Order: sequence, then C-alpha cells, then structure tokens
Amino acid sequence: MNLSEKYDLGVVKWFTIMASVYLVVGTLLGVYIASELAFPFLNDLGTDLPYFQFGRLRPLHTNAVIFAFGGSALMATAFYIVQRTNQVRLWSNKMAWFTFWSWNTVILLAVITLPLGLTQSKEYAELEWPIDILITLSWASYLYNFVMTIHVRDRNKVPHVYVANWFFMGMMVMVTYLHVVNNLSIPVDWFKSYSIFSGVQDAMIQWWWGHNAVGFFLTAGFLGMMYYFVPKQAERPVYSYRLSVIHFWALMFGYVWLGAHHLQYTALPDWAGSLGATISLAMIIPSWGGALNGILTLSGAWDRLREDYILRFLIMSLAFYAMATFEGPVMAAKNVNALSHYTDWTIGHVHAGALGWNIMVAAGAMYHMIERIYNVRMNQKLMATHFWVHTIGTVTYIVAMWVSGIMQGLMWRAYDEYGTLAYTFAESVSAMHPYYVMRATGGVLVLIGAIIMLINIVSTIRRSESVQTANA
Amino acid sequence: MANNNGKESLQTKLEKNIFAMYLFMALAVSLAGIVQIVPLFTNPETIKDEVTLADGSTQSLLWQRAEGQSLSDWKAGDGVRPNTPLEVAGRDIYQREGCYLCHSQMIRPFRDEKERYGHFSLAVESVYDHPFQWGSKRTGPDLARVGGKYSDEWHILHLRHPQALVPESVMPKYKFLDNAMVDGEEIATHMSGLRKVGVPYTDADIASAEKAVEGKTEMDAMVAYLQTLGTMIKFEDGVTYRE
Repeated sequence: MNLSEKYDLGVVKWFTIMASVYLVVGTLLGVYIASELAFPFLNDLGTDLPYFQFGRLRPLHTNAVIFAFGGSALMATAFYIVQRTNQVRLWSNKMAWFTFWSWNTVILLAVITLPLGLTQSKEYAELEWPIDILITLSWASYLYNFVMTIHVRDRNKVPHVYVANWFFMGMMVMVTYLHVVNNLSIPVDWFKSYSIFSGVQDAMIQWWWGHNAVGFFLTAGFLGMMYYFVPKQAERPVYSYRLSVIHFWALMFGYVWLGAHHLQYTALPDWAGSLGATISLAMIIPSWGGALNGILTLSGAWDRLREDYILRFLIMSLAFYAMATFEGPVMAAKNVNALSHYTDWTIGHVHAGALGWNIMVAAGAMYHMIERIYNVRMNQKLMATHFWVHTIGTVTYIVAMWVSGIMQGLMWRAYDEYGTLAYTFAESVSAMHPYYVMRATGGVLVLIGAIIMLINIVSTIRRSESVQTANA
Repeated sequence: MANNNGKESLQTKLEKNIFAMYLFMALAVSLAGIVQIVPLFTNPETIKDEVTLADGSTQSLLWQRAEGQSLSDWKAGDGVRPNTPLEVAGRDIYQREGCYLCHSQMIRPFRDEKERYGHFSLAVESVYDHPFQWGSKRTGPDLARVGGKYSDEWHILHLRHPQALVPESVMPKYKFLDNAMVDGEEIATHMSGLRKVGVPYTDADIASAEKAVEGKTEMDAMVAYLQTLGTMIKFEDGVTYRE
C-alpha cells in the first residue's frame, strides 16, 4: 500500500504548494519594500496613491512570510508528521480541509485589507478583529485535529508520543494564548478597533506576543519539523532523547519571558526589562541544545551531506539557527541593546532566523515530503541551485544589516570635538543607502530561490500525477 | 522510557497521555505571563502619575479636569489629557499609514537621545494610547516630542513632499491627505470606542467631535496630532520623573 492510500495527504500536498506560492509572494513583497528604502520613488511610482507605500506593504510582507508561508508550512508538516509518527490517519480529514480553507481565506483578507490601511497597528498582529476571529477558529481546528489524531493512535503500536509532536503542540497551545490576549479590543466598526490595553501594559503584551510569534510559531513549530525530518532524511535516530526532553521543557518555560527585552530602557519598569534580558541570556542553553541535537544526529553520516541537498538544507538551517540564537542573547544584553535597538541590526537578526533557519528547514521538509508522497526523486540540479542562491542571498542580507545597524547605532550617539552630536539624523539615513541596495540584492537572490523551489515542487507533482493517472 | 527501578517517570507518563501533556504545556507557558505581565496591571508604581516638585508640593502628571471643562480648556504643560477629536483623527491616520513602522515614540534616558529628541518618555505619557505607538525601529527619527518643534507649514510641506525639505529622506509622500476630509460622525464613534477602553471622554467631548473636525482635511488632522506629541507635560529641572 502506498503512502497516499494509508494516510490523508491531500491536505498536506495543498498546504505545501500554498506554502511555496506564499514564499514567492512574501519575498517579492520583501524585495519591493527593501527597494523602497533604497529608492523612495518606488513608494508612489508617480501616482498619488497610498497602496504601495512602505507603511501599507510592510505589514503585508511580514504577515505573508510569517503566517501565509510559515503557517502553511507548519500546517503541512504537522498534518504529515502527526500521521506518520502515530501511524494513524487524521482524526478528521474534513476538519483539516476546514483549516486549509479558513487559513487561506485569512490570507486573502490580509492581502485586501492591509494595503487599504485597515490595521490594528500592532506589529505582526495588524489584522483587524473580524479576521482575528477567523484566525482563532482556523487555529482551534488545527490544534483540536492534531491533538485528537494523537489521542486516537493505537497505543500498543505507538505507546509514546514522538518528540516532534510535543514541539508542534507546545506551539499550538502558546500561539492560542498569544493571539487571543494580544488582540483583545473593542470594535468601533467592521474594520476598526481599539486595543483594550494602553501604553506600557499594551507594549509589554505586544512584545510578549511579538517575541513569542518568533519563539513558538517560528521556533518551537519549526523545531518540530527539524525533529522529524532531520532523523528521517539522515536515516539515523535523534542524537539524544534526554537532551530533547530537557531543551523542550526549558524552551516552553523560558521563551515566554523574553518579550521584555524589546523594551529595555523604555518606560517599562526596569525590573521587567532586566528579567527579560536575564532569561534571554540563559536561553542560549536550550537553543543550542536543540541545534546540537539536530546537527549531531548526523554523527557518522557526514558524508551524506555531499550528495543529499535536502540534508544540506536541514543542516544549514540548524547552523543559522545556532547563529541567530547566539546573536539574540547578545542583543538582549543591556549594553548591546542600547546600541542595537531601533536599528537595522534587529531587522538583520530577524532575517538570520527567517531566511537562514525557517525557510531552509521548511524547504528541506517540503522537498522531503514531496519525494515521499510521490516516491520520486526531485530535480537535483534545481534543488542545488536553490540551495546556493538562497544561502548567498541570506548571507548578503544579514551582512548588509549588521553593517548598517551598527553604523546607525554609532552615528546616532557620536559626538564631535565640541561635545555636540556629530551627525544629523538625515546624515545617518543617507549613509544607509549602499547597505539598503545590498540588502535588496540579497532579497532578490532569496526570491529567485523561492521561485526555483515553486517550479520544482509543482513540476514534480504534475509529472508524478500524470504518471499515476497513466498507470491507473 | 522507564526508569531503572521500574517506576515510570513523569515525562514517560506525559508521553503516553497527550491530554496530560497538554495541561503541563499550558501551565509551563503561562508562568512567565503571571509573573511578568500581571504585576504591570496591579502595581501602581508601573505608571507614576505624580511627582514632587522642588518646593515639596506634589503635582499630578495627568490633567486634572474641573467639572464642566472642555478639552479646549487644557493648556500646554497642564498634564496628560485625552486627544482632541482632530488629534484622534490624526492618530487614526498615523496608525493607518503605518508611521509606527519607521518612527518610534519612546525616548530612552541617554545623553544623545536627550539632545536629539528631548526628555526621556514617561509611562504616563502613553496612558491613553490604545494601542501604544512606541514603535521598534527608527528608519526615521523619534517623534515622541516632535510637537512644537516645527511649524504647521513645515509639517504640511514635509508630508506632501519630504525630499523637498530633507533631500536625504526615504519617507513616502503623503499628498493624498490633502484630498480627504475627516468624517465627524466617524470620529465621534471612535471616541465612544476609546471611552469604552478607558479614555476619560465626557458626553460633551464626544458631542463636540463633529463640529471640531468640520471642514478639516486629513492633513490638518495629521499635523494636529504631530504637534501635540510630547507637549502635555512641562518638565522641570530638579524633579525626579523616574526612579
């Protein structure tokens, strides 16, 4: 019996396709807004319309990449992994399709409302309240289906729930809390609402959400992918079970505190910011625990990296993950944060995670799933090109933002020999120009990589399905 | 995995019972919020709204509005007050255009920020800000105390064509604000909404909204909002505003 008869994989396939479509859309938007910062005329293109301006498109870029691409990749992999590791079909295939259609409706509504300026103006939670309600329903169906699928497994065959499932479930639980609390607001009409929180409390709740959208959505969930696809692709068991238990619980407990490090030296009470920064420093241990557990899974099989591009994506993603989770605690340290906050360095850090870790681990996972579902080998040349173009693009992007970020921080606090500020703000803006061009170039490479992946995935599926139809 | 003594560890039990694991996760991820966020609502020190002046008297940082006073009775430096109807309209536009994505409204207590932007920001200054607009990135300068720094005319020219005044600027052009009128009825609804979340508007304030914004463009509203930023408290030397 082949895989598609044994499991419900239709929804997995479509989430995978949509994830690769949204990656192209999200990175295209990224390239466009990055170019606007380098060449401001792109904001209006001679028209007098607001729809393509940075302030309107930036939320669309972040939502497209995090929730459209990231969300679809998480849903595809969660529905695949939960069936494979529990050796059971989805508890409800119908409910999974509800998740698919509702999630895609949310994305469609985001594409319409955000350029129109309908926003709550909370970063990564811009979508207005009716869409938030739809997100809640979609997310609840995802969580419920996932937990019930684990619950109905045959306990004699699968007594223990595999570690990848813990990470997905932890992510689902926390994101439910975050989304609901951070979006509590009073609507004044269909497309406008005011947060029930204000000022300092609202800031803390927003960054509790903001940092854990990273910590859970983009870390715990993607670690769930890592824990399944790295051992599968390497054909070796996870390096250490004990390490996975320890770093799982440390991550669940620890990540939640970090939001306050976004608010150091602000009007948030010092104790809260310092608490966030202190736990941020400690978080390097569980983060590196996860990275090492993944990388060391390859012990004794390092030679496989030479010809296996899927494995390369997965292992490179862990290298970027380790790098970004080292950088994060450094930036949370008070002295560094005083310089790095408000600068491009933060943007670079986020993209080290998003481009280096999230896209790479998801690409590895998506290639792996398509190969298994159709029992084919995908076009290796395209995969190799994607790998190199993406890696070079990511490094270009990060380096540009390191330089521009640190330069901004230093220029803003520089004094001349008379003890007055050495640079006007405008001078710091014009000094950024070459790095903004370099960043956009890195983005173009990532976009090209995303297009190559989309072509590879769609053509593999079309080829395989026409062969299957011919055989039937 | 079973322990050596044959007894199951808690972890093993959780791995076998997914609902128990769910509960443990839900608990583990709630702890930080309880310790770190809840006190911000309960501890009165979080938002200091009173200071001791040099002569020993205390002064409230919030505007103490007398019975029957309207928003227009407030004078600069009287303390933090709710936005006027025109400023509410301006703030709505500020949100709509995503200004917060490139401009912060939160000055940190550093020498260079004081010289560049002014006195560091206080928690009480954003007490009526639903949601907060502190921002996270300075692609453009901080705006927490931009009020009164430039003339209205400067702001209008700058919003229409930023590069005409600041050639290095990468800011988009907001000419279209000239062409849209502020809707008074809508602003009254928005003020009622803000009252529901805790902004102390009176019935009279809300009733005055339509008249207050009559004939005003979105450009007027935006400038009114910008000109009020950071002007509500009059800072005095020798007073401790934050411990």
